[in-house]
Amino acid sequence: MSITKSYSRPLDFKNGRIEMSYGAGGRAMAQLITDLFAAAFDNPYLAQGNDGALLPMATGRLVMSTDSHVVSPLFFAGGDIGCLSVHGTINDVAMMGAQPLYLSAAFILEEGFRFADLKRIVDSMAKAAFDAGVPIVTGDTKVVEQGKGDGVFITTTAVGVVRDGITLSGDRAQPGDKILLSGTIGDHGMAVLSQREGLSFDAPIVSDTAALHALVAAMLDCGASLRVLRDPTRGGLATTLNEIAKQSGVGMLLNESSIPINQPVEAACEFLGLDPLYVANEGKLVAICAAEDAERLLDVMRAHPQAKEAAMIGEVREDAHGFVQMTTKMGGRRIVDWLAGEQLPRIC
Amino acid sequence: MKYVDEFRDGELAKNISANIAREANPAHAYRLMEFCGGHTHAISRYGLADLLPASVRLIHGPGCPVCVLPVGRVDQAIRLATEAGVILCTYADTMRVPASNNLTLMRAKAAGADVRMIYSTQDALKIARDNPTRQVVFLAIGFETTTPPTAVAIKQAAAEGLKNFSILCNHVLTPAAMHAILSVQGGVALDGFIGPAHVSTVIGSQPYEVFASDYAKPVVIAGFEPLDVMQAILMLIRQINSQRNNGRATVENEFTRAVTRYGNLKAQQLVADVFELRESFEWRGLGSVPHSALRLRAKFADYDAELRFNSEYVAVPDHKACECAAILRGEKRPQQCKIFGTVCTPENPIGSCMVSSEGACAAHYSYGRFREITQ
Ligand code: SF4
Repeated sequence: MSITKSYSRPLDFKNGRIEMSYGAGGRAMAQLITDLFAAAFDNPYLAQGNDGALLPMATGRLVMSTDSHVVSPLFFAGGDIGCLSVHGTINDVAMMGAQPLYLSAAFILEEGFRFADLKRIVDSMAKAAFDAGVPIVTGDTKVVEQGKGDGVFITTTAVGVVRDGITLSGDRAQPGDKILLSGTIGDHGMAVLSQREGLSFDAPIVSDTAALHALVAAMLDCGASLRVLRDPTRGGLATTLNEIAKQSGVGMLLNESSIPINQPVEAACEFLGLDPLYVANEGKLVAICAAEDAERLLDVMRAHPQAKEAAMIGEVREDAHGFVQMTTKMGGRRIVDWLAGEQLPRIC
Repeated sequence: MKYVDEFRDGELAKNISANIAREANPAHAYRLMEFCGGHTHAISRYGLADLLPASVRLIHGPGCPVCVLPVGRVDQAIRLATEAGVILCTYADTMRVPASNNLTLMRAKAAGADVRMIYSTQDALKIARDNPTRQVVFLAIGFETTTPPTAVAIKQAAAEGLKNFSILCNHVLTPAAMHAILSVQGGVALDGFIGPAHVSTVIGSQPYEVFASDYAKPVVIAGFEPLDVMQAILMLIRQINSQRNNGRATVENEFTRAVTRYGNLKAQQLVADVFELRESFEWRGLGSVPHSALRLRAKFADYDAELRFNSEYVAVPDHKACECAAILRGEKRPQQCKIFGTVCTPENPIGSCMVSSEGACAAHYSYGRFREITQ
């Protein structure tokens, strides 16, 4: 007696949609994993096909970080939820001064979600991971009923290693330190928002989503005494600086004129009544470094393709109240406070 | 859009600031009220107080739509959402205004009421079209700038025969509030007004002439950009100086790029078609002010949520410790409220002035509170 290999119909990447069975643990799910995820993310660790990935030992201290992504719209100028979920988590690890090594990815798919969109997202993740040199070594998929998700949610986790002698932490900023920013602010948030609101501007606003570990490596290699690295994502530059000020028990004084911003982003913020200091970035970092090394570090950053517009935007000061203050373009002073509630367009 | 930066040039600001310092007589006080929350926001956001000599003092006015809405009005909206079961549509800021029983529209929403945050009246109309079996009420608030879009929505609803749409009308009038401020017995002493920007594009500069002629208060209409405000302050100082040499107060227009003497006649006509004056309306801070607000005309009465749902306004006093009323009259500053920055913060506002970014308390908390605390 011979056993005939059962035929399975290929996934319909053109017109197909996610059904509940793709999360049920049966053949349909196995097929989705092999034909879509494994095919796109292909690497020897994932190919082991076990419940967990068996990874070689690395030397140094481990860093691990996880992040869920729920962006809407899923596709926006300059990226999509796929590459965003890879970049975001790599960056969180990189901000610890670590070399990111591996990623995991978990998907929550909504019943009825189009295969074509899912494939586009998965391909984008695969490309982002490949370009960054950080493989996706394990993952998971669940399907929820229609109406219980927003198309797709993606959670990624990254693991990396920090070499000895590097200690970056939000509580290390000291009075006198300089604050450096790797480029323009608000690009990601305004790209997503202007897409969502159907706004169009003369020059398109493009998300800055990018993996920053190569830039971080260059900054670490130059030997400047770096104290803190952070990527100002949700809540924007203002929130990130307030977090650092609080952790370190210091104040800050920024100079508004030196904070780089693209014209269309500024115009869009103006139109919607938003303050760009609070708008999300996905490919920028803030560095706090000892004053004597600041110029040198700035040169290194500007020489890197991801930080050509890097700028020194202020300094750390002694302040028992932990105020982040700013000299405005007009020459007056203001606080750059924590965000209260959601930042919403004003009405009048 | 190059437009934005032109009006935020730090060098120009320095020049105007130097002129102000030179021309303001240090022996005199220049007490200037910026009527609009938009100006309050710009002044705090750019730290303009640092560019003015001690003799020039800016006093925040009542021109913040969310701030002047009394508790009882928010209660009405909450009751419509919770008791009448309507879909209540509102602008974002209004969601967080404290109302009776420790409620806000936001908390009512969390407890199950159908409250939806919208960006424009068109969103409210769309919700009404999409939910033909539900009643949809738009909480209409604001000064003369936000009234025309509400009028458009009412006309559209009438033209479409949209039966499930109505508004809770709280549209108020700027000149009436200025009258009220100037007529408070023992109220704030003022030497001039920075006149509204956007409001004036609609109503023009003419409605302010009475404040110059009858109250001898100079008015300078200013745009919302920081340089506009600085320039208007300089113009006011010049007028006040000339007044002190027997000159006369006038209405001047710094915002000529957008404001004319008679304003936008088309918008005014549209508003007059749809709305009529209320005999009186209660404001937070100013109390009952005659002819200071609008309601729908009889021919659009079908779209009046107060009539449709028999919803009555019940006056409710503010929180005991809250000084919003005195602040909205210009008599106190936010930092004079005992619970400013302690019990009352933007995360947990006790009064309406801490809610909107245009509110005096929120603006001072978010941008200026370091002034009392440090140095
Ligand atoms: S600080 Fe709060 S409680 Fe005090 S006046 Fe302002 S809003 Fe009212």
